Amino acid sequence: MTTTWSSQPVLRVQGLEVTYYTDLGRAKALDDVTFSLGAGEKMGMVGESGSGKSTLALAMMRMIKPPGRIEGGTVHIGDTELMGLTEEGMRKARLSKIAYIPQGAMNSLNPVTRIGAQLVDAVKSHVSGDSNSAIKDRCLAALRSVDLDERVFNLYAHELSGGMKQRVCIAIGILLQPQVIIADEPTSALDVVTQRQVMETIDRVKDEINAAVILIGHDMGLMAQFVDKVAVMYAGRLVEVATVRDMFTNPRHPYAQALIESLPNLDNKGVFQGIPGLAPSLLRLPSGCAFHPRCTHAQDICKQVRPEVNHISDGRLVTCHLFDKEAVHVQSA
Amino acid sequence: MAKLILQRLAFLLLVIWSASTIIFFVPRMSSRNAIRERFAELARTGGFAPADLEAIISSMEQQFGLDRPLIEQYWVYLGNILRMDFGYSLSRYPATVTDLIVQALPWTIGLLIVTTILAFLIGNFLGAIAAWPRAPRWARGMATPFVLLTGVPPVIMGVLLLFFVGFRLKLLPLGGAYSIGTVPSLTWEFALDMLRHQVLPAMALVLGSVGGWVLSMRGMGITIQGEDYVTFAEHKGLTPGRIFRDYYLRNTLLPQMTAFALALGTIVTSAIVVEAIFSLPGIGTALNNAIRANDFPVIYGIVLFITIAVATIMVAMEFVYPLLDPRIKPQT
Repeated sequence: MTTTWSSQPVLRVQGLEVTYYTDLGRAKALDDVTFSLGAGEKMGMVGESGSGKSTLALAMMRMIKPPGRIEGGTVHIGDTELMGLTEEGMRKARLSKIAYIPQGAMNSLNPVTRIGAQLVDAVKSHVSGDSNSAIKDRCLAALRSVDLDERVFNLYAHELSGGMKQRVCIAIGILLQPQVIIADEPTSALDVVTQRQVMETIDRVKDEINAAVILIGHDMGLMAQFVDKVAVMYAGRLVEVATVRDMFTNPRHPYAQALIESLPNLDNKGVFQGIPGLAPSLLRLPSGCAFHPRCTHAQDICKQVRPEVNHISDGRLVTCHLFDKEAVHVQSA
Repeated sequence: MAKLILQRLAFLLLVIWSASTIIFFVPRMSSRNAIRERFAELARTGGFAPADLEAIISSMEQQFGLDRPLIEQYWVYLGNILRMDFGYSLSRYPATVTDLIVQALPWTIGLLIVTTILAFLIGNFLGAIAAWPRAPRWARGMATPFVLLTGVPPVIMGVLLLFFVGFRLKLLPLGGAYSIGTVPSLTWEFALDMLRHQVLPAMALVLGSVGGWVLSMRGMGITIQGEDYVTFAEHKGLTPGRIFRDYYLRNTLLPQMTAFALALGTIVTSAIVVEAIFSLPGIGTALNNAIRANDFPVIYGIVLFITIAVATIMVAMEFVYPLLDPRIKPQT
């Protein structure tokens, strides 16, 4: 192997599959999801509601609850493979290797205990042998690094504003300096000013601990400013992964193209262009490519054959038959 | 804070005054006369029929102040309450009402307070387990038999237990607070004998009431598990025990404590029934006897005592709430 350790991706997700067994049938919420991310890299994960973004986050944390089941795939963080860990091993990996910053920060803090206690118990569940004062110092440092006053340590959640609560969640996320941080719509409940401050906070603490960040969200504007790479999900599959510049200037997958075209545009005010049709039900996915009924470029093959991931130039991944010929054969990670 | 305490004390006094007024007039609407009934009872059982019966009765009525107008008696009664003096029992003169309460109270506290707390603890524990998805299946199923017994009132439960466990199997005594013929003393033998007499009444009370706690706790538990903070606690990689204790149980505490305070108020109803079935000499039996004899001073004393106890618990609860949930601040 010629690559140096540091250029090795810190996060490698390979063939991750999740199925929900409902009374109405099996719903494949994640289908063969494969991607990797280097230390310090930020990836945005976009897609319609129900496309599997949050399921992907939960699957990586191994927090899929019945009737859902992780059916296959591997998640490597450094050289630890999460899916093979014991239940106790996975508990220890949460927060210390892979941290999750929740979507609903408004209600993500325990209302009846002090903020400090909620930081301390997170540390105590992973680190043993530290003195109480050392643990407290670590928690105060985490609060400072998200621009919160140290006195927040002694407050209750109801005494904080929405932005402060979100910062507390970020502080908890970075307490143990994880290698991977998943932020699930961390700013969806905040006003735009606070939104920007929170995103800048995430950016800064990411640099401090050199973590890989996955940002899940709908807000394309936020993605454009914040991430290095964008991944588009559709019906449980990653349909395109590209750098943020490529994605916005030259999307390749027809769904990604429609998504970018649907963004409001200053030159073309008043005309909103949506994507015709609805996202398919995971219980009755269309044959072949799940997007073909809504796709303007659909061909016969799209209705019959499920497209595979095509690695095209400069590391872009497109799951579409249109690019079968362009595919560069790459040894998958 | 001082203002709040004063306000609540005023409220407490208002409750006690209203209760004492209602309870004063209700027994007096009856045409029955406790003193006359007592002598009639004496005449029937002992053949003792004094010639000047009417004179004795009217002199006793004079002594108790019963010959004066009702409204005048009411003012005297209010004054007595302020001095916590409930006077004499009419049917068990010369025993005072306070004597009767003091004799009966330990039995009731011993049985009812203990069983209410026991049912609360068992019910909430089983309910919390029943709603906890990580608990093993057998542990979650432990609550089911209690839920099935919820509908059975303590009367029926008591009679069934008496018949099967006491009468048929002869495992436990059929009633009374201790074996007839033993003298209450501070020996292990007596304590054990007394405990044996308390088992069946305790079971009658606990078996029926655990199910209610199970159901309310289970419902609460399921709601709280859906809360984001429990999910986030799991994302934080906390140990299941810590999530169970600090994030789950801790948040169910407030509503359950309120329900507990309310349950203490209903103790009296169960007391009358269960103490009567098992012939225990508690407050319930004393109240039952007083009502049957229309011995109103005793009725006043016991009902007021219960009112004061329950109202005080309620007011105290209000000061406990902020300790259980920091979002609650005492409001004036």
